Amino acid sequence: MNVPKIAIAAAPSTRIDRIITPAGIEAWLVEDYTVPIISMDFAFIGGSALDAPDKAGLSTMMAGLSDEGAGPYAAQAFQERLDDLAIELAFSSNRDRFEGSLRTLARHADAAFDMLGLAITQPRFDTDAIARVRAQITASLKRAETDPDSMVWKAYQSRSFGDHPYGRPEKGSVKTVAGLTRDDLVTCRSARLGKSTLRISVVGAVSGEQLAVHLDRVFGALPADVDHAAIADVVPGALGARAVVPLKVPQSTLAMGRPGLGRKDPDFMAAYVVNHILGGGSFTSRLWTEVREKRGLAYSVWSQMSTARHAASLLAGTATSNERIAESLAIIETELRRMAEYGPTQDELDKALKYLIGSYALRFDTSRKIASHLVEIQVEDLGIDYIATRNQRMAAVTLDDARRAAGRLIGDGQMLVAVVGQPAGITAEG
Amino acid sequence: MSKDPSQSLSHFRLENGLDVVVIPDRRAPVVTHMVYYRNGAADDPHGKSGIAHFLEHLMFKGTQKHPKGAFSEIVSELGGQENAFTGHDYTAYFQRVAAEHLGTVMELEADRMTGLVLDEPEVLSERDVILEERKMHVDADPASQLYESLQSALYTHHPYGTPIIGWQHEIETLGREDALAYYRRFYTPENAILLVAGDVTEAVVRPLAEATYGRLPRRNEAPVRQRPQEPPAHTERMITLRDAKVEQPTAYRMYLAPSHTTASGNDAHALEVLSQLLGGSSSSLMYRELVVEQEAAVNVSSWYRNDAVDQGYFGLYAVPREGVSLSDLDTRMDALIDRVIEQGVDEADLARARTRLVADLIYAQDSQAHLARIYGATLATGGAISDVRDWPERIEAITNSDIMRVAKTYLVRRTAVRGHLEQAA
Repeated sequence: MNVPKIAIAAAPSTRIDRIITPAGIEAWLVEDYTVPIISMDFAFIGGSALDAPDKAGLSTMMAGLSDEGAGPYAAQAFQERLDDLAIELAFSSNRDRFEGSLRTLARHADAAFDMLGLAITQPRFDTDAIARVRAQITASLKRAETDPDSMVWKAYQSRSFGDHPYGRPEKGSVKTVAGLTRDDLVTCRSARLGKSTLRISVVGAVSGEQLAVHLDRVFGALPADVDHAAIADVVPGALGARAVVPLKVPQSTLAMGRPGLGRKDPDFMAAYVVNHILGGGSFTSRLWTEVREKRGLAYSVWSQMSTARHAASLLAGTATSNERIAESLAIIETELRRMAEYGPTQDELDKALKYLIGSYALRFDTSRKIASHLVEIQVEDLGIDYIATRNQRMAAVTLDDARRAAGRLIGDGQMLVAVVGQPAGITAEG
Repeated sequence: MSKDPSQSLSHFRLENGLDVVVIPDRRAPVVTHMVYYRNGAADDPHGKSGIAHFLEHLMFKGTQKHPKGAFSEIVSELGGQENAFTGHDYTAYFQRVAAEHLGTVMELEADRMTGLVLDEPEVLSERDVILEERKMHVDADPASQLYESLQSALYTHHPYGTPIIGWQHEIETLGREDALAYYRRFYTPENAILLVAGDVTEAVVRPLAEATYGRLPRRNEAPVRQRPQEPPAHTERMITLRDAKVEQPTAYRMYLAPSHTTASGNDAHALEVLSQLLGGSSSSLMYRELVVEQEAAVNVSSWYRNDAVDQGYFGLYAVPREGVSLSDLDTRMDALIDRVIEQGVDEADLARARTRLVADLIYAQDSQAHLARIYGATLATGGAISDVRDWPERIEAITNSDIMRVAKTYLVRRTAVRGHLEQAA
């Protein structure tokens, strides 16, 4: 079997046009008429981290209500109109962003952008819709109360970030959600949705001229600026601490982490490669090999560079039977220390680079994936040439870079560890 | 050989019986390469539940030619992604790579169709992985446990009643010989379907397929699925799970219903539209009535398992609002179904449901991987390419009387399986 040497695979050939509308709205467009559909992703920077402590969950609720009636259409009429034309419109919120996506058949583009425009500029926030969405969010919060994965990340984040907004659950609590009012939603919308924080990508059967008209109708009337409180940067803390949350299940779910490197760090690319070798590459990583392949300790084991807007973390997780979870934890800790001390081998580095460079094109095979990636690049402020240069920058990572980045990424290997279950041999500390 | 001009899709068969489908999508220089085997968990031998899924894991262990770990390493070095999944009726493997590497992944996948080598210690270690997988997905989640019981109650005799991953006590006994026996029985070119979607043409795929899969000898007869069939149901069944971890009670409902393979006339298409009508979206009947108007539920949904070799099923669930009991929700669901049976539905609602379903196939053209899965599942459960091609037209033709007929015929309360997920007192 011939496996090619590192080839700097041509950057994805996708052509991206940067358009600026008469109202001053910027969007990145990939014009393609092969399939008669249009996909759009957009994000307003500023998400649940902006929610006041006693209003936690406000951003999530605003997302939930954004397709629950707007302009002349009450909730049901709004949903019926979308379905009549097979228009897909969804809103969501995370710590850093309020996001939306729109997908439509090209022949219904006018109506689709009209509906989106209503949702953005004239949401109704009707009383019955608020009650309904509140009940839905409350139901999902209750379900999360006994879901091991939700429990463990909630415990991890509250310790890692303490009183910083990142330490609060994104969706709020049953109590804070119960207290959210229509006035809160109205205020939130006008304070947070502005042109200066909006990032848009569109892929599909639409020209730049047509798109500009659509976008101005949707977003043109928004205020230029937003009225946010600034959010402080934060360094993940409680390193060395262990939190155990008891739950009567046969398997323990483990979450762990420590400070990572941010996107703008000069060693970010090298650290990304290091993480791939450690636990990012699904079937080939060190954690996969040691925890799953050699010992059968877990179905899933991984590590990840998390780059939230105000905190960078290195995260890892797995789930193992209660009686063997301590073994999984010990192996992950050993692998972390080994990587920090020695870094990857040249062979590991070469193989990781081949994967990371070669697989980049796989992010460009559907309209939705392209739209989502292009919004990501804009939100992270990586520049429109990122796609053309990303593989060259990746290929430039040397073994020295990787070793240095491994040391910086993992440091002394101290982690904050949270476990949900009935773990044998792991007790709460710190 | 058949060609679908609307999508320039081609379908042909190699001399050894391997079906090949090529689905061109030239937008990005990548391909999705999949092999579906026409066997799944419902073909597990009695007492060996989980063996199809276990073998799927073991298929990554290596062959004589590409030993231990080589497969995944090569795919990874090509910048490719890979995985596999097991259903009741099929087992599928896929890689996604740049188009120029198609030949390499075809060689690898063809090699492991007959060349698997299994090491006893590796097999036992992988069995532990599967037991952890089961704990992760089932044991920590009361809703998953209830769902397993509902399926077992619905299929009292047919192996669709057994979970795909298997029962824990049987997984614990599976070994190397079980896996190899199952492998030899089903992993043959006559039993497989190759799908290549993306930046390719038949002219590229055919010679590559001949040079790789085409070299595998045929077995002269395709493996036969031997499955006990489900007897007619005579009883209504009620399954209750009470657990302290249940924070959100839920009412479920399942009915046996024909699949596309077993249905007569347009029953399966009508059931698809009925499922969309009842609980397919926020403009569906159950959502409008139970969630919005009656304020009795926070969420509702319906689903219809239609891509099956044998009998499928129709399911509904509803999550109550605070203070509403599950039996109250049951009554409301029944009232709604009774009304559909007796009066049909509003023509505007029916048109909306048809439109929404048909659009899904247009949206699917945006994803080569999604298209490959649609054709793969259709062919692996006994359907034909033309079933996919004709599907929009057949959905568009569903009328109110079709809806009333299938609702009356299949959503029968006295043979339904109901499920209640409740918090333990």
